[in-house]
Amino acid sequence: MSDPIATGSSAATGDPGRRAGLPAPSPAPEAGISPSTPPSTEPPPDTRRTVVQRGDRLFSGLATGSGAFVVVLIGAIGLFLLLQAIPALIHDHANFLTSREFATDDPNNLRFGIFELLEVTVEVSVYALVLAMPVGLGIALFLTQYAPARVARPLAYLVDLLAAVPSIIFGLWGILVLAPVIRPVAQWLNAHFGWIWLFGHGNVGPDLGSNLFTAGIVLAAMLLPIITAITREVFSRTPTAQIEGALALGATKWEVIQTTVLPFGRAGYVSASMLGLGRALGETIALTVILSASNQAFGGSLFDGGATFASKIALSFAELNNALSAGAYIAAGLVLFLLTFAVNALARWIVNRGVPQA
Amino acid sequence: MSIATPPVDASAVKPAFRSISPARKIRNGIATVLVVVSFLIAMVPLIWVIATVLIRGLAPVLNPNWWLQSLNGLLARQQGGGVYHAIYGTLAQSLVAAVIATPVGIMVAIYLVEYGGRGKATTRLSKATTFMVDILTGVPSIVAALFIYAVWISILGLPRSAFAVSLALVLLMMPVVVRSTEEMLKIVPDDLREASYALGVPKWRTIVKIVIPTALSGMLTGIVLALARIMGETAPVLILVAYAPYINFNLFSGNMASLPLLMTVERSNPTAAGSDRIWGSALTLILIITIFQLIAAALSKLTAPKTK
Repeated sequence: MSDPIATGSSAATGDPGRRAGLPAPSPAPEAGISPSTPPSTEPPPDTRRTVVQRGDRLFSGLATGSGAFVVVLIGAIGLFLLLQAIPALIHDHANFLTSREFATDDPNNLRFGIFELLEVTVEVSVYALVLAMPVGLGIALFLTQYAPARVARPLAYLVDLLAAVPSIIFGLWGILVLAPVIRPVAQWLNAHFGWIWLFGHGNVGPDLGSNLFTAGIVLAAMLLPIITAITREVFSRTPTAQIEGALALGATKWEVIQTTVLPFGRAGYVSASMLGLGRALGETIALTVILSASNQAFGGSLFDGGATFASKIALSFAELNNALSAGAYIAAGLVLFLLTFAVNALARWIVNRGVPQA
Repeated sequence: MSIATPPVDASAVKPAFRSISPARKIRNGIATVLVVVSFLIAMVPLIWVIATVLIRGLAPVLNPNWWLQSLNGLLARQQGGGVYHAIYGTLAQSLVAAVIATPVGIMVAIYLVEYGGRGKATTRLSKATTFMVDILTGVPSIVAALFIYAVWISILGLPRSAFAVSLALVLLMMPVVVRSTEEMLKIVPDDLREASYALGVPKWRTIVKIVIPTALSGMLTGIVLALARIMGETAPVLILVAYAPYINFNLFSGNMASLPLLMTVERSNPTAAGSDRIWGSALTLILIITIFQLIAAALSKLTAPKTK
């Protein structure tokens, strides 16, 4: 009985030979029960072999085909992006991996590299993650350990609502509403900690909001529901016996969390954060709206502007009119695809290995 | 032997209950405060965003013309007009995507739950599919859009159109449908399946007549939520279709507006009319998404399996 499906399917196919051996009622009622059995065009030649119905074969073929389709689809995404990127990569007059240029206006003199895009993408994503991770952990603990069960569900729904707000609205709110409000904070950080490269003046500066500082905060708000959802689920699976054991030993609430919930849920929390990172790397429109481009090179400051992979593509793609220039952006998109693929695969690997199954 | 013999009347162990030391109490208190504060922090952007959209977007939305007219012929600075062309675009593009993504997603979920085997018996393809669905969930919307661009526009040579947007949305919606359907199919008790098999009902009819109806409530909810999720996607519309200020019912040719696209286009409009259009569209989009969320909630109530 290890596999109910397998046992079920052999019963479902209804081996008439075995049935006949049973002290069963006459076959007439059985025919009445399974009217679906088509007036078999191909009578079973060997009564002891299981009969696979045509409907079954069709349906399982469809289902299996759909499953295989998903696998093929991911391969196709990589393959087609690569096919479209190759011509542009061949005509690239700059080094694709190390160049900071992205000049695609003249298809006869393409000069593009992903170095700066990669820098901006990674910095804004990591920065958003640093902001969102502790808050996400706190929310997950609050919803699973602190909030009374009756209000935990509606409160969790509120956090999930953050994920339902379209990212374009987040982006517009970030640049038009949030940025002016947090400007004093940005200026203060720049004035007092400007000697740290992270808070240096940057190529956009703390006075304008269209920098990584604003973008990261908005991105962090968008990551919260992702990080919280999975972390919450893992935390809620902490064995009750462990929690009660710790309580019985006289632990305070926080000590209970430290000794049972956190060790139990650490892998889930880490992988949830990785999934959040994957989301941050690929976030498009909020960053397109917030970040402004700059002629100066990206220097690593939070008050720099610039473009991520996704926002660069979104900004420029619609105006392209030749395949070679488009290929340059598709090449950048391919790198983004591989990046998110790697991050997501790693996250799944951690969650599959590290999370104890309840 | 007089050393270390405790007095006979002393208790052998120290008293079991001691009050918690102040340091531990303080640490516990700090943790409680931090945990509650982090929840409140999450509420700040949510409430702030929704309040902003309501305050700035309510005035244009309350004008009945907003729902009945397009922006055809209006200058950038001219007040008035409406966004029904963009509402149509958003609904049409995402509904077409849903029509394609839902059956495929359900079949993938059926494959994973009913045919892929469980536990140690999980087939290779089933493991690969599960993994790839996870990866597809994480594919950035801009990459999905580029993929459709590469296949549909570059290789097949077809024009940019609303249907291309729908195809990109399919990629984004399908994994969500698979995940939610899979969860729902998994909680259908095996007793039901086995009872059906025992009556000689073939497997596919068991799935169609027993398993799916039992799980239908949750499946529908998941599908409608996935639909609500893709309505706000902006990256595909930026790349795969051009904006039109007028109504276009044809999904396969011509420019078509949608609410996210309208918002990005009006971003370059610095006038008060532009601001009205942006925030009015934002409120409209949130309203539409809310309506679909309510539909999802109602569906799950209406179609819930009757239990005694």
